Amino acid sequence: MVQYTVRRVAQAIAVLWAAYTVTFVVLYALPSDPVSILLNQAGGTGRPSADQVAKIQAAYGFDDPIVVQYWHHLVDAFQLDFGQSVSRGQSVTSLLAENLPPTIALTAMALVLTTVIGGGLAFLATYVGWRPLRSFLHRLPAVGVSFPTFWVGLLLIQLFSFSLGWFPATGSSGVSSLVLPALTMSLPTSGILAQVLIRGLDDTLDQAHIATARAKGLSRFTIHTKHALKNASLPALTILGVLVGATVTNAVVAETVFSRLGIGRLAQQAVLAQDIPLVQGIVVLAAGVFVVVNLVVDLIYPLLDPRVLQHSSSRSLAPVEVAA
Amino acid sequence: MALTFTPAPAVLAPPDQAVLEIDELSVGFGPKGRERRVVENLSLTVRPGQVVALVGESGSGKSTTAHAALGLLPAGGRIVGGRITLGGHDVTNADDKAFRQHRGPLVGLVPQDPMVALNPTLRIGEQVAEAVRRRGVPKRSVAVEVSEVLERAGVDNPTVKARQYPHELSGGQRQRVLIAIALAGHPRLLVADEPTSALDATVQRRILDHLDRLVADSGTSLLLITHDLGIAVDRADHLVVMSEGRIVEQGRPAEIVAAPQHEYTQRLLDAAPGLGRIRRPAPVPPVDDVVLRFDGVSKEFTSRSGFGSRSRARVLDDVTLDVHRGRTLALVGESGSGKTTALRIAMGLERPTSGRVLFDGVDVASSDRRELRALRRRFQFVHQNPFAALDPKFSVRDLVAEPLESFRVGDRSSRTVAVTKLLDQVALPASYLGRRAAELSGGQRQRVAIARALALEPELLLLDEPVSALDVSVQAQILDLLVDLQSELGLTYVLVSHDLAVVAEVSHQLAVLDGGRIVESGPTQQVFDHPEHALTRALLAAVPGLKTEVGA
Repeated sequence: MVQYTVRRVAQAIAVLWAAYTVTFVVLYALPSDPVSILLNQAGGTGRPSADQVAKIQAAYGFDDPIVVQYWHHLVDAFQLDFGQSVSRGQSVTSLLAENLPPTIALTAMALVLTTVIGGGLAFLATYVGWRPLRSFLHRLPAVGVSFPTFWVGLLLIQLFSFSLGWFPATGSSGVSSLVLPALTMSLPTSGILAQVLIRGLDDTLDQAHIATARAKGLSRFTIHTKHALKNASLPALTILGVLVGATVTNAVVAETVFSRLGIGRLAQQAVLAQDIPLVQGIVVLAAGVFVVVNLVVDLIYPLLDPRVLQHSSSRSLAPVEVAA
Repeated sequence: MALTFTPAPAVLAPPDQAVLEIDELSVGFGPKGRERRVVENLSLTVRPGQVVALVGESGSGKSTTAHAALGLLPAGGRIVGGRITLGGHDVTNADDKAFRQHRGPLVGLVPQDPMVALNPTLRIGEQVAEAVRRRGVPKRSVAVEVSEVLERAGVDNPTVKARQYPHELSGGQRQRVLIAIALAGHPRLLVADEPTSALDATVQRRILDHLDRLVADSGTSLLLITHDLGIAVDRADHLVVMSEGRIVEQGRPAEIVAAPQHEYTQRLLDAAPGLGRIRRPAPVPPVDDVVLRFDGVSKEFTSRSGFGSRSRARVLDDVTLDVHRGRTLALVGESGSGKTTALRIAMGLERPTSGRVLFDGVDVASSDRRELRALRRRFQFVHQNPFAALDPKFSVRDLVAEPLESFRVGDRSSRTVAVTKLLDQVALPASYLGRRAAELSGGQRQRVAIARALALEPELLLLDEPVSALDVSVQAQILDLLVDLQSELGLTYVLVSHDLAVVAEVSHQLAVLDGGRIVESGPTQQVFDHPEHALTRALLAAVPGLKTEVGA
């Protein structure tokens, strides 16, 4: 177990470093002129003087060789310092910290809704006995996956804010403002989750050990929850990890449609403003979320399926046992 | 066994009332009105304490019958006629909820493949406890009852095993756990669906003996489903032979063996290894031509566990063997005895830790890739499982022609001619050229695998349990084929098997492996007549049917 954990954590750090490096290469080393972008941002008009350019280059370290720049940035990033936002004149770290809480709240709510809607749908689709309802529920997730998020968002605003007036259409204050954007974010993800979980449950219910459980005289509900759901949730858990990891991407649409504060909206603005340090900070944050979530998933895995640990350790002996 | 066992409370029923009565049962698959009948007009009775064996090849409908009796027909399967009565209750059209009342107290199942029949994510103890709790046993005595029933089923260290997961147990131990689960409900009838066909011969024997004893002690009835007539004859009070969904013959086992009425039973009898004849080619005059030589071969595997501590496992220990041209050497042993590893080393797939393997004087282990590739033309491998060894999407022609293409032998049209000839050698019609592997039966696939191995005209075939995945009657056909090919083409075989019945029929020389060491070797007949090592005697005793032969 210890070895497994150490290996997974090391992998996570390596992925994070790779993500940082790739973003750095893409944003800084590609042929573009950061200085003129900066000056445009600063509102300067006309052609900058050679003197101005030199000053900025020195201030941002652009005159150093690229490797040296990379090293400095990497060291700073390790200390959670991603430099100054060009468009906002604030440190990237403090901007991220400010915008993180509403996005976390939104994501957590969306995650709960995804699990309830997707998991519940998958459970029902495999549990009900009446064939027509069963095949209807089996096909329902595809619908959820096919609707574009922004359209679902607008539809929900139309229905629940303008017609029924139950929830506010925009804003980031209070729990009630969370409902519609979280629902918007969770519909496609619960569709994906339900598809994977339905598949997993159908496969598990076909396995021989389910017949053993039925022959014991267990009830259908016990078999479904205790014997099938746990085994089927392994692939679903992986998918859930990917979905949570992609939060920043999903939040871009939801936060824009519902005019909420948050990382997603910040990302959209940073890209439009070509605010390179801020974009880099957000990319690293997104990668960090991804890595942490997947690490958590990897660590939950052996709790659900004890065989995971075995496969990752004594590998050299296993084939002999199997072959003989 | 010090622990006492309370038998199922004798239900208030006439003592000789049948536990299971199947009356003109028909089971169909597919849409109503156009269903494919898998079981037709089948009638069968199991009385209290009786052991009834249902014998037939795969596809004969015997498992479907068993599942119908448990209300566990797979999706799409339906009872389309007849009646099933379980302990006096008509369960023919019972829904799952009604049937559930009977599963456990009335009828228990010992499923087919212990490797997949336990839930991999639950501890053994919990899986047994579910069956114990089903009887309404109070919470505090569940744990005690779980270890009791595990012990009765022959699981050693029951309290330790109860805390383990299925993957930590061997196949035999898992099957005992499954028997414990079935017994834990105190059923009046046990349905055992091919309970040991996935296990080694010696384990098979021990488990069946144990099952016999448990059934006899507790007065439980047993419906034993098997494709192996030898097993059925050894253990049943009443024998039912099934073919294509119908009963072709039933009666007392001894009478059926002595005078089979139906031609199908006769065929099954001929095919059953222990009951059958010896088919290996007459002993060839002794030759000194050694094709393959193991010279003091040892193999160790190192595994890392925990904090870099290494444990070593010696899988082969100083194995020295000669394989003569045109003969068959059998390597026999239980799982984990190192026989498959020996074969892999001979193939050059593994390198020995020490010692040499010489093929026609060339050291296989120290050959580099190019030399090994040249050698591989001259020895070929036939895999244990024909279902896994052939790409299901490939056509038969492509499968057999693949080695020819790989070694650039001939052109496209001459290869097709060669493939047709090879198919003829393994008794498959040329019309099979375009079929895909997925469309073939197990026996046909093994023929294709053999044809592929023969494509490069090798001198030596390494056969890894070539028939263990096949039905008994198909086994016989494949063994016949191997023997014919040997005398036709002068092939040399190294045959790995856990089944002495198979070995007896085809091998000239025999080596028994135990824990990586050769404990006994010699001419097959001599070893059979005068086994010296205890393991050899155990393996011999495990051959089903041999018991009857001696008695009859």
